[in-house]
Parts: sequence; C-alpha cells; structure tokens
Amino acid sequence: MKSLIISLLMGMIFGAGLVLGGMTQPENIIRFLDLAGDWNPALAFVMGGAVLVYLPVYQFIIRKRNLSLLNESFETPAETKVDLKLVSGAALFGIGWGMSGFCPGPAITATSSGLLPVFSFLLAMSAGMVANQILRSKQ
Amino acid sequence: MNIIFNPDQILAALAGGILIGISAAGMYLIQGRIAGISGIFSQFLRSPFQFNWQTCFILGLIAGGIIASLFVPDSFPAELPVDVLFLIPAGFLVGFGSRFGGGCTSGHGVCGLGRLSFRSLVATLTFMGTGFLTVYLLYHVFEVLK
Repeated sequence: MKSLIISLLMGMIFGAGLVLGGMTQPENIIRFLDLAGDWNPALAFVMGGAVLVYLPVYQFIIRKRNLSLLNESFETPAETKVDLKLVSGAALFGIGWGMSGFCPGPAITATSSGLLPVFSFLLAMSAGMVANQILRSKQ
Repeated sequence: MNIIFNPDQILAALAGGILIGISAAGMYLIQGRIAGISGIFSQFLRSPFQFNWQTCFILGLIAGGIIASLFVPDSFPAELPVDVLFLIPAGFLVGFGSRFGGGCTSGHGVCGLGRLSFRSLVATLTFMGTGFLTVYLLYHVFEVLK
C-alpha cells in the first residue's frame, strides 16, 4: 500500500516536472533537436536539472546503502554491456523522438490534452514495446 | 544556427528538471525502483489490469501533469506539430527502440547518467545524435516537415 501511494506521488512530481519543463509540448523538443534552425536549448536544462538532483543523491546517499528506505533491494538494469542492441535501440529511439518530439513520459502525460494523435502515438509505442517483447521471447 | 534564449523558459526548464530529478531519485532511494518511463510503461502493458505500482506511477504522471497545467501556461499543445502519418511510425520506433536499447530519456538520460553509467552515456549520446540527425533531415534536407 505504501509503495502504491509513494509511486503515485512520485509519478505526480514527475508529471508536474515534465509540464513545467515544457516537455509536453513536442514543439519544444523538436526546437531543441533543430540545430540548423532556431535552436532552443531549454531541453538541456530539463535533463541537466534532473541529473543535478539525481547524481548527488545516488552517489552520496544511495550508493552507501544496501537497501532502500523501505528496505527494498535496489533494482539494477538487466543488461550491463555496451553492445549493438544498446546502440541500435537508442538509435531507433532517437529517430522516433526526432520524428515526433515525444518520448514515453511526455506522451503519457500529454494524454490529458485529449488530442487523438497523442493516443495514436501511445498505441504505436505500445505496439513497438510488444514487438520487442515478442522478439526477445524468440531468442 | 540561430539560438533562441528565453531566460524564463530556461528557468522553468531547470525547475521542471529538478522535479523530475526529485521524483527519480525518490523512487530509487525510497523503493529501489528505476524511474525509467519506458520500462515502467512496458511493465504496465504486461499486466494492465493489475493495480500495481507501475499503474500508480503512470496515473501519477497524468494527474501531476493536469495539476501543473493549472499553473503553467501552454502546458499542452492545441494541436500537434507533426501529422499522425509520422506519429505512428515514430511511436513504434520510440516503443521498440527504448526497450531494445534498455531505456529512454529518463532511464538512460537521467537515472543512467546520474549513476555515471558508461552504458547510459553511450545510449544518451546515440539517441541525441539520431534525434538531431532526424530533425535535420526532415526539416532541412528532405523538407517534409516545417
């Protein structure tokens, strides 16, 4: 129960951060990725601001602990190698990101705009995730 | 390159980023969970009708966005700058690519970089690179978008 409430709360802070940072306006992302045009560096400050908080908390608090505050073990990424999967996955992600101005978090948050195209994007995104899952199960 | 420098927007961006950082750091410190949205959403997809922490986090994203939009002007677009014709393949690439590569902007770009993960650095530089390239090609070379 505690976990559900905390996750809801943290999600709310994240969503608010996305809106405040302008991430739910895909135009802003496209402007950031448009180096040859009217370049708007704002997105860099969103990611920068996030790392500014996350890095010290991880390096100086989390790393020193065996368990989380609620005594859960710290989740670690399944993969550890820098390999073709990582690079090609990231490359494809970046292409989709550049095409749409959306990545998962902002797209989910933008559903409250009620715009049908946002839901189309999310449906397609879900399909992509399922496709990866199917591919993985065949290996 | 023509740089648009809007101090108010940059301050808001920084503040927004700090909130994201607080959320991600909070998720990890309190519950040991990585706040990588592509991972959380893909887990949600695997059991969409179970009321688990992934569902709660996603509901939170939406709720937090709604609350913030009461205070932030132009939170959401009135219409998207890109046509559905592009959004659908783009969505598929974002969904597939993020999971295939093990993360997205929050997973690699925030959590990974915060952990000083070389893997995430490579991933972040890669998706930034193809992101820049894609926009350049679409808007300035093939000019299919404006």
